[in-house]
Amino acid sequence: MDKRAMKKIFFSNKMTVVCAVLLLLVILASLLAPLSPYDPDAVNVSEKLQGMSGRHILGTDDLGRDTFTRALYGGRVSLLVGFAAMCVAVVFGTFIGTVSGFKGGKVDMLFMRIVDIFLSVPSLLFIIVVYAFMPRNMVTLVLMLAFFSWTKVARVVRAQTLSLKERDFVVAAKALGVRQSTIIRRHIIPNLMPQVIVAASLSIANAILDESALSFLGYGVQLPMASWGSMLQSAQQYILHNPILAVVPGTLILITVLCFNVMGDMLQQILDPKLAE
Amino acid sequence: MRDFIVKRLAQMASVFVIVSMFAFSIIYFSPGDPLYLYTSPSVSTYKMSEEQLDDMRASLGLRGNVAQRYINWAGKMLKGDWGLSISNHQPVKKQILDRLPNTIGLMGAALLLSVLIAIPLGLLAGYHKNRWIDNLISAVSYLGISLPAFWFGIMLIIVFSLNLGWLPSAGMRTIGVESALDVIRHGILPVIVLSVNNTAVFVRYIRSNTIEQKEEEYVMTAISKGVPKTQVLLRHVLKNCLLPIITMVGMNFGTLITGSFIVESVFGWPGLGTLCMDAINSRDYTMIMGITMLTCIVLLIGNFLADILYGLADPRIKQGKEARNG
Amino acid sequence: MSKILQVKNLSVHFDTHAGKIQAVRDVSFGIREKKVTAIVGESGCGKSVTAKTIMGLIQRPGVIAEESRIFFQGEDILTYTEKQWEDYRGQRCSIVFQDALTALNPTMNIGKQITEKIRVHRRTSRQEAWQEGIRMLEQVGIPGAAMRMRQYPHEFSGGMRQRAMIAIALTLHPQLLIADEPTTALDVTIQADILEMMKEIQKEQGMTIILITHDLGIVADFAQDIIVMYAGKIVEKGSAEDIFYHPAHPYTEALLRAVPRLDILGGQLETIEGAPPNMAAPPTGCPFADRCKKRLPVCETRSPQETELAEGHQVFCWLQGGNDDDR
Repeated sequence: MDKRAMKKIFFSNKMTVVCAVLLLLVILASLLAPLSPYDPDAVNVSEKLQGMSGRHILGTDDLGRDTFTRALYGGRVSLLVGFAAMCVAVVFGTFIGTVSGFKGGKVDMLFMRIVDIFLSVPSLLFIIVVYAFMPRNMVTLVLMLAFFSWTKVARVVRAQTLSLKERDFVVAAKALGVRQSTIIRRHIIPNLMPQVIVAASLSIANAILDESALSFLGYGVQLPMASWGSMLQSAQQYILHNPILAVVPGTLILITVLCFNVMGDMLQQILDPKLAE
Repeated sequence: MRDFIVKRLAQMASVFVIVSMFAFSIIYFSPGDPLYLYTSPSVSTYKMSEEQLDDMRASLGLRGNVAQRYINWAGKMLKGDWGLSISNHQPVKKQILDRLPNTIGLMGAALLLSVLIAIPLGLLAGYHKNRWIDNLISAVSYLGISLPAFWFGIMLIIVFSLNLGWLPSAGMRTIGVESALDVIRHGILPVIVLSVNNTAVFVRYIRSNTIEQKEEEYVMTAISKGVPKTQVLLRHVLKNCLLPIITMVGMNFGTLITGSFIVESVFGWPGLGTLCMDAINSRDYTMIMGITMLTCIVLLIGNFLADILYGLADPRIKQGKEARNG
Repeated sequence: MSKILQVKNLSVHFDTHAGKIQAVRDVSFGIREKKVTAIVGESGCGKSVTAKTIMGLIQRPGVIAEESRIFFQGEDILTYTEKQWEDYRGQRCSIVFQDALTALNPTMNIGKQITEKIRVHRRTSRQEAWQEGIRMLEQVGIPGAAMRMRQYPHEFSGGMRQRAMIAIALTLHPQLLIADEPTTALDVTIQADILEMMKEIQKEQGMTIILITHDLGIVADFAQDIIVMYAGKIVEKGSAEDIFYHPAHPYTEALLRAVPRLDILGGQLETIEGAPPNMAAPPTGCPFADRCKKRLPVCETRSPQETELAEGHQVFCWLQGGNDDDR
């Protein structure tokens, strides 16, 4: 399917457009966070745990910090971690997937065994355990998240590579004696892009969800930095008096993850018309 | 079928060895002398004898080179000696096994709930593809896969425990009350939260499966025999749709376990999850290793059972032949 | 000779993303009782859709036009309720699909798939139905039928599987059997065996068969009547003699030239140049005009009407008149 047709179908689907707009809004708002009149970390005990008001549209937390402003800054962290983890996972997963699919044989078997093992262990538990002994910073967090999610990308990419490998243009390139690395770079990878984009969209959703769970449990983003997940962690004690503290970041996670999931799925349906009829 | 089981067992063994290496590396790479925690008077008032310490070293795999250490440790694990907890000096195995039923109960109930809800919803959505009922069910299942479980738990606590006061917000039993009903009351919210994600995943899976199976030509054949359509759905489509669900459940075991850890810590459910979090926070290495290993065992057994069940249910696999279309 | 089935002005289209695909366009024909009628044409000509319509198997996005009528023994089956359809399907009319591997339920043994049919139509005990199933398998020439009943489709060879499929269709002795490319997926030798078996059963029981195929070769000594379809329309219909010895439509002639023949040694097999028209926007004139070597100017603009060449031999072609009816 050519790109023009894909774009057309993409934009003709209301759901994807709504999701894209919502995502853009969330991303834009996070980027523009410094425009807020409040400092996300400025403690103001005299205004702590306020409800919604004209001054603080979503109220304040236990230290009197503006919830709305903090949610915007939290979004930066959550989105950044999710995006970075996705990038690492996609690059690594695509690499392993193409090599595995293209080489076949023993290499393929070895890689796929490894993927199977990764898929059959409870990843979040492992991340928590490992994280307990590692320096807790953003880089390790991103790498850990990616470490346990590249396998999904690799699977998809491998399957697609296997089918691409049999296509005439690849067979022809092989027959012409083009080097394998060149075939992979010139013929396989460009044709994998649609599937990779789908996997990326779903992978970002997962990464954001996992990051929030880790941060919520106290093993993710570390203070003073705050993500939506860690905001929820600190909000947990105040749910009786100020539930909005918990409602805001959770809703933002939900919307963001939902949009990425829906977009990924819709894209997949466009790519695989059999599913979409 | 026997070949299949043998193959799966070999596969499981390899996963098990790798996980055990991972668990072993926890203690191996952990900073400082882990025994310091046992011996330091500032940490513990309990004084261990030299003999006990030596035993401890062996069970922690602190003697010899890496390979020897690993083999020592693995041997002890296999014999059922999982060492003593660093924080309270009680046998790790006993503590874990005490907590295990609580987690298994939570997981089992959630799994049952997911399957019971997902099967009718998935079939309904798939059967009425692209009609309003399908759109509704699909939209809800999108919410389900995107919902951060811990947040959903907090929201349920806010509504049903704090505001309506219908259900307890934490723990497994009311102090001083010993009744199954009380446990069930405590379990309702955690089970709901734990099942949401899996239910959504199952619904989507069953839906797409139903759509696929409905298009199969054998459905056409059944209809052309004069079999009423509802009967076709129940006798032909249903079975072929549900077969892969068994595998699906097996594959989702990992998510279920980590999910239960998160849910346990939201609701203060006294299971493996809370035990694990406490152990991590107090750097209780032996406990962490034990929990990691046990979780892995539970997971592998779950996966294995799912595979066997699938093999028994599908005639194409039972006879050891590769399925050609499915 | 009485007609068991009368199809009148049948049109079927499919609503898809690519537009309205007009699979069958205003088709009328009759099927003589106790005879074999072949519907011949290349893939996509609407022959399978016609068969499925007769079985009541057209589902959304397929739509049958309102003016269409199908009379089976005098009753218009298109007005049937679901209950009447269930009664009709399998008992009065049965169908055999092309690929038995996909047409049989992979997770149900053959016995259950046969007895299921018996038990939805008749009040018989499980054992009786099972015995009947064994008889049916024996009738289609499956050795060790009693043991075969308990096996699953994947345990059968291709030919045996197709025989089992035919056995299911023949169970309850329907008056009309539709065979939709019944042997296309099989090896040539097995193909011949199965056709021979079908021929025998047809003679024995005096069953009416509609044989749907793209292969004129297998039709020759099997069918008494032939209907040739092209691009959703009938282009010619008549007895086997008419079609084989006096073909009137250029498409029929082209099809005949494309059949390998032993009596013309050394002759070249001809192919038909070009491709069938796009069914989302079928031509207004004769559908074959584009590929026809004898086309007239009128062929491209107006659709030819039916011309009766002889008793029971009709053609839709401007070369043969075709313009009697000036509509």
